[in-house]
Amino acid sequence: MAGKAKQLVPAVTVRFAGDSGDGMQLTGDQFTDTTAVMGNDFSTFPDFPAEIRAPAGTLPGVSSFQIQFSETPAFTPGDVADVLIAMNPAALKVNLRHVKKGGLMILNENAFDEDGLEKAAFPTNPLTDGTLRDWQVVRLPLSDLTVNALKDHPLRASEKERCKNFFALGLMFWLYDRNLDHTIEWISAKFAKKPEFVAANIAALKAGYNHADITELMPTRFEVRKSKLEPGTYRKVTGNEAAALGFIAAAELAGKTLFLGSYPITPASSILQDLSYRKDFGVRTFQAEDEIAAIGSAIGASFGGELGITTTSGPGLCLKSEALNLAVIAELPLVVIDVQRTGPSTGMPTKTEQTDLLQAMFGRNGESPVAVVAPQSPAHCFETAIEAVRLALTHMTPVIYLSDGYLANSAEPWKLPALESLPKITVQHPTRGKGPFQPYARDPQTLARPWAKPGTPGLEHRIGGLEKADITGTVSYDPDNHEKMVKLRAEKVARIADDIPELTVRGPQSGPLLILGWGSTHGAIHAAVDEVNAAGKGPVAQAHLTHLNPFPKNLGAVLSRYKTVLVPELNSGQLLMLLRHQFHRLGQKDGTRLTGYNRIRGVPFFVSEVRQAIEELL
Amino acid sequence: MTQEVPSAPDPRPKFTKNDFVSGAEVRWCPGCGDYSILGAMQQTLAKFDIPRENYVFVSGIGCSSRFPYYMNTYGFHTIHGRAPTIATGLRLVNPDLSIWVITGDGDALSIGGNHFIHAMRRNLNFNVLLVNNEIYGLTKGQYSPTSPTGKVTKSSPYGSIEHPINPLCLAIASEATFIARTLDSDPRHMSAVMERAMRHKGVSFIEVYQNCIIFNDKAHAPVTGRDTREDRMVYLENGKPLVFGRVDDKKAIRLNGLYPEIVKFDPANTQGLLIHNEADPRPNNAYLLTQLTHPDFPVPFGVLRCVEKPTYDDLMNQQIQDVIKKKGRGRLKDLLYTDDTWTVTP
Repeated sequence: MAGKAKQLVPAVTVRFAGDSGDGMQLTGDQFTDTTAVMGNDFSTFPDFPAEIRAPAGTLPGVSSFQIQFSETPAFTPGDVADVLIAMNPAALKVNLRHVKKGGLMILNENAFDEDGLEKAAFPTNPLTDGTLRDWQVVRLPLSDLTVNALKDHPLRASEKERCKNFFALGLMFWLYDRNLDHTIEWISAKFAKKPEFVAANIAALKAGYNHADITELMPTRFEVRKSKLEPGTYRKVTGNEAAALGFIAAAELAGKTLFLGSYPITPASSILQDLSYRKDFGVRTFQAEDEIAAIGSAIGASFGGELGITTTSGPGLCLKSEALNLAVIAELPLVVIDVQRTGPSTGMPTKTEQTDLLQAMFGRNGESPVAVVAPQSPAHCFETAIEAVRLALTHMTPVIYLSDGYLANSAEPWKLPALESLPKITVQHPTRGKGPFQPYARDPQTLARPWAKPGTPGLEHRIGGLEKADITGTVSYDPDNHEKMVKLRAEKVARIADDIPELTVRGPQSGPLLILGWGSTHGAIHAAVDEVNAAGKGPVAQAHLTHLNPFPKNLGAVLSRYKTVLVPELNSGQLLMLLRHQFHRLGQKDGTRLTGYNRIRGVPFFVSEVRQAIEELL
Repeated sequence: MTQEVPSAPDPRPKFTKNDFVSGAEVRWCPGCGDYSILGAMQQTLAKFDIPRENYVFVSGIGCSSRFPYYMNTYGFHTIHGRAPTIATGLRLVNPDLSIWVITGDGDALSIGGNHFIHAMRRNLNFNVLLVNNEIYGLTKGQYSPTSPTGKVTKSSPYGSIEHPINPLCLAIASEATFIARTLDSDPRHMSAVMERAMRHKGVSFIEVYQNCIIFNDKAHAPVTGRDTREDRMVYLENGKPLVFGRVDDKKAIRLNGLYPEIVKFDPANTQGLLIHNEADPRPNNAYLLTQLTHPDFPVPFGVLRCVEKPTYDDLMNQQIQDVIKKKGRGRLKDLLYTDDTWTVTP
């Protein structure tokens, strides 16, 4: 049966593509789950349009899912796919450029009829006109094969046809020698209430697998051995899932009720959805009437002495900026989660970008410092959520958490932390003291003001958006007081640098070139640096910032040890601008040159393009 | 669970009005109607046994929104129009506080219009007091969403071409469970209405006719003026007809089909008169009362509507309790270490 030659490969990238209604995300998820269970490392990239169901078969309706799985560490979902499964001509057209030349394409030829070709704007049939001469093409009547395999099942023909994603998944499971059990279990649970769908989908899955096995369809099978991941317990996690778990964990660590005020917005909504299930942890989710009410309610919860957070994306952050400033002057803890997407305005809602950094830093009236952190991978969203809460509660300040659309939906294996290893978050609320309560007295070390809970006798006080007198917190128009308060607020956030880890460098601690990134580009930069060094062109060093405001204390010293610092970003150079401002003396004194590599295409970096940018500097 | 409201006032009051005076210098213009509203509020709180640390006054922006600074309670002077959102979050994490939102006609109905209707429809357990002077005072005299058509102001020198919004009508359209109107020149009535609002569980909305002596003096005088009020105001009493007018010329309201009309009042024969029923679960009557406007009808004062409905905060608490009862209190370890994990061994 499975006697065909098996070729051992260290890493493979597979791309599933079809119509929005073809279930490609689900198919990709199932392939990923099995990949996880088989012990590979992996990284995924769901790539879908904002339209829920654009007209079937059209280019805007194409939904794709890419996964790289490997024996070696998988830092990214792969630049280009080794294998593409395309359910229709539109999926082929959109994804042609995402497939490696010489790679394998499995195409559903049933969809390549006149109508399908026209919708995809192919003037001639790419199956026959030579368009695909650079690829290995496997043409399959996927729809017919599926319907035929299900001929004895009591479903309508259209329902049978819709099982073709499982047929395709079966093919892929054969190609990479995967076990079907996990998906069979999943189908059984998912459609438990509709046994006829359980039977049909499992039959389609097995039919796909067997079809590959008994025909000479595909020349070889591939084997991707287990990855040498660190020992431990793992689960698959996306960035938004990890963030939701992180905020629950943070609330537990701080002994606070987690209150999320949120208004649905792509690509942040799933954090609201995930947390709305977690009533067993006492999580309070409030779906507000708009972005402003969302942050307003979170501020109200913080004023009440609990953990207020709000989730959004760029356009929502614009709307929240006035209220965020209220939290700044009221000096209340708050976490604003901005899952960045392309802008300006509505931009490309499902596409990723790192373009809100300067908005997070400066997008408010007055001088309005907040702390800013950014996770670097899906799993890292968990610990960064805890870090954001720790900083907000310890330093009595709003914290902006900059995730992005790529991290939100991308999945990777997450080595689960031991609960004892999670940081402690200590919160103290004042109680009645000897003298009158001073709401703007400060902790001498952190400059945090006391967090008095309404309901505490003797601490009745009034705060608000008007400038506060130092210490007493009464309304003040005194010019010197205002200047003092502006500086105190700035200093309070700056002193967070005493409470965060120093930046560590991977690779040589000084030398010709450091690659410095932040946020979701970590994987691509890491892989590119490894490739350059492995090719003997280095040594190149890499460092990645989680804390963007304030920066780690040693950042300037680190930068000064390199001749050139390359800052790759998915924007026009926002971190670069901050660095050039804060470390403007570097260039003159030490000759360190700060330069950027910038793409703003709505997609994550390819490893190859970062590598090329690095090589151009060597 | 919700704010502790005693069923009957303690005959020996625990607090006095002065207990609720913050001592901050009050900075409203001399003669501003806000002074009497503030006084009535402090007087009202003294009727309850709630300690002052359990009160929170939340406000937006505008003259009236300075209110929290003058209350010796917890207070939060927030941003324009957004006070209901802050009160919402506060309410949802602390069921024990007694919360007042203080707002104005611009704050609640213009910039904060969205939050206003959603606070009303959700029936969150807090009180909203809207100080309506039909003008923007703090920005020095532009027309507001409640200014009448034709109003000449600094930003409408040829007269406003807008149609005013009716705050009580907006509240009833959002199905608010407690709706009332009072006026700054009648402290006793104000305090009675405030007390009713506090005793109501769910959202309580009070519109106060307030006089802005600087930018819109006597705006409400055609209704509430000393010479006119008997004919142009009607004090609502539950279960009784809507009687108004001079002693020698009492009138009442009756319905002609769907429409109200004014008739002479004869105490011996009240048949067919509109009888006020604040507890009617249907909004029709309350809506009708919001449509009694000057100059066609006397303007109603008092409680237009007071009905019971589950509050948003109680429903949220209940849902959380139910889930915990069913699934048990969540444990972090179980949340992270789910069924979908796999183990990598050395």
